[in-house]
Amino acid sequence: MLKDIFTKTKKKKYATIPSETAKQDVPEGIMTKCPNCKKIMYTKELVKNLKVCFHCHYHHTMNSKERLVSFLDADSFEEINANMISENPLNFPDYIDKLEKDREKTKINEAVVTGTGTVDGQKIAVAVMDSTFRMGSMGSVVGEKITRAIEKADELRVPFIIFTASGGARMQEGVLSLMQMAKTSVALKRFSDNGGLIISIMTHPTTGGVSASFASLGDYNLAEPGALIGFAGRRIIEQTIREELPEDFQTAEFLLKCGQLDAVIPRTELKDKISAILSIHQPGGDFKWQEN
Amino acid sequence: MAGELEFERPVMELKKKIAELKEFTKTADVDLSSEIEKLEARLEKLEVDIYENMKPWDRVQIARHPARPTTLDYITYLFEDFFECHGDRAFGDDEAIVGGIAKFKGIPVTVIGHQRGKDTKENIRRNFGMPHPEGYRKALRLMKQADKFRRPIICFIDTKGAYPGKAAEERGQSEAIAKNLFEMASLRVPVICIVIGEGGSGGALALGVGNHIHMLENSTYSVISPEGAAAILWKDATQAKKAAESMRITAPDLKELGVVDLIIEEVKGGAHKDVKAQAAEIEEVLTHSLKDLMDLTEDQLIDHRYNKFKSIGEYSFLKEFIGVK
Repeated sequence: MLKDIFTKTKKKKYATIPSETAKQDVPEGIMTKCPNCKKIMYTKELVKNLKVCFHCHYHHTMNSKERLVSFLDADSFEEINANMISENPLNFPDYIDKLEKDREKTKINEAVVTGTGTVDGQKIAVAVMDSTFRMGSMGSVVGEKITRAIEKADELRVPFIIFTASGGARMQEGVLSLMQMAKTSVALKRFSDNGGLIISIMTHPTTGGVSASFASLGDYNLAEPGALIGFAGRRIIEQTIREELPEDFQTAEFLLKCGQLDAVIPRTELKDKISAILSIHQPGGDFKWQEN
Repeated sequence: MAGELEFERPVMELKKKIAELKEFTKTADVDLSSEIEKLEARLEKLEVDIYENMKPWDRVQIARHPARPTTLDYITYLFEDFFECHGDRAFGDDEAIVGGIAKFKGIPVTVIGHQRGKDTKENIRRNFGMPHPEGYRKALRLMKQADKFRRPIICFIDTKGAYPGKAAEERGQSEAIAKNLFEMASLRVPVICIVIGEGGSGGALALGVGNHIHMLENSTYSVISPEGAAAILWKDATQAKKAAESMRITAPDLKELGVVDLIIEEVKGGAHKDVKAQAAEIEEVLTHSLKDLMDLTEDQLIDHRYNKFKSIGEYSFLKEFIGVK
């Protein structure tokens, strides 16, 4: 009864020593520990700094919502095809369950969010991949949504901006995933031939089929610092060529050195830089000389 | 017989037995013709049983057969005046992809394909048919040339995939593949792709953005090799057989998924049993395909390709809205 509530808790027989991991862990949410420099900081402050570590400038993963908020003008985003979802064309066991779980977890319906919005008042069509949903892998829905966003850009005659984050093709949709590479590239070509501007920003990670299609097809190919970007996986390459790869292999900085990128831009400068690129590509393209 | 495959062993053994018996009757005094007849009837039934009920893994074995005809084999039978062109004009010549100009039944065409080697020495030279970026860039150079001179393009797809190497990444494997997909979209000439062996991943697709995609009956086309899929899905590359079944990589599967236009029938037991007969089958399909596509205008060809790829994929819509807002 009441007495039970006040009974002293049993004395512990053994002293408990917090494990190494428990010692370092901080309650989730309030504080965040940087996985790179291991320093701890307030989550709120970190988010305000676009999730870039104050100490080592490590770029923490951003989900699609955080990305849109950080990049577009407030309340300018209008989502399209929000409720498109995957089927199970290969009848892969557990696939539907896995999708449902991720929908529950991420509150988005697929690994890409698409729509229109403005950057400093300049209208764009945008696609933001989300690595928290099935590792951002590309199946039929990701391919179709990106294609429709490109078509939207073409229809509105506005630039198309894509943030990529993907582990590659989605295994569970087999060859259909592979074909999404062609689908999106074919759509980009039509848009490009109509004079459309394409800006690709590769974020961590951009690999496999995504890297070998729309991610590499921008008029401007940009990347965030430290992002992993490449076609084949590091382990596969090491096994194939039987030698160890350099530490910085397939990082954004490595690719910049190899001539594969226009620029590596810190997240905190991204919006301004892209806004400047957009302003150089005014719609219509006829500039008139103006005397100041 | 050299190069026999696991699943067709019963056929081979029976064939051997029949041959032995025939040899025996020549020298011996007994008449075994009725036995031989019986065995031959059994052989016929067995062949039907085995070759018409091939499992995905059996087809993978045939697609990988060392003696399976390659791009250059078919070029010899199908085209006249083939002139091979080398180099990407930027870095080097990748012999894992061959390409050039030729005539098909008198019509000028550009032919490009992955090229495996026939023996170890050639395989090393051709990197087992796994291209580097310069290979794709050579292919693109030849496609643009075909576009300029309004020649139809025929691509043979036969690769395990793009080569996973350090140099390939440094020279822009991703960009090279992506650029091919991008540029193939706007070619003003008919593009016909035929998967003749293994069609593996982005390395295959980089020659695969065609108006028509055909597949030999025992070829495969997939996002990743069965071994790779097993390693990713079940962390166990030895489950490749299971992966081959669940990934749906055979020609009939791809036809059903709406990726492939036509399945080109193979000689019984696989293309390697009779290259000439196989080439004749391909010739017929190619003729029809070309006739169909040459009726289209330049714009129609580009739209045709756009619509073809736009239609691939399966999705639906949820009633309730979740969304990011």
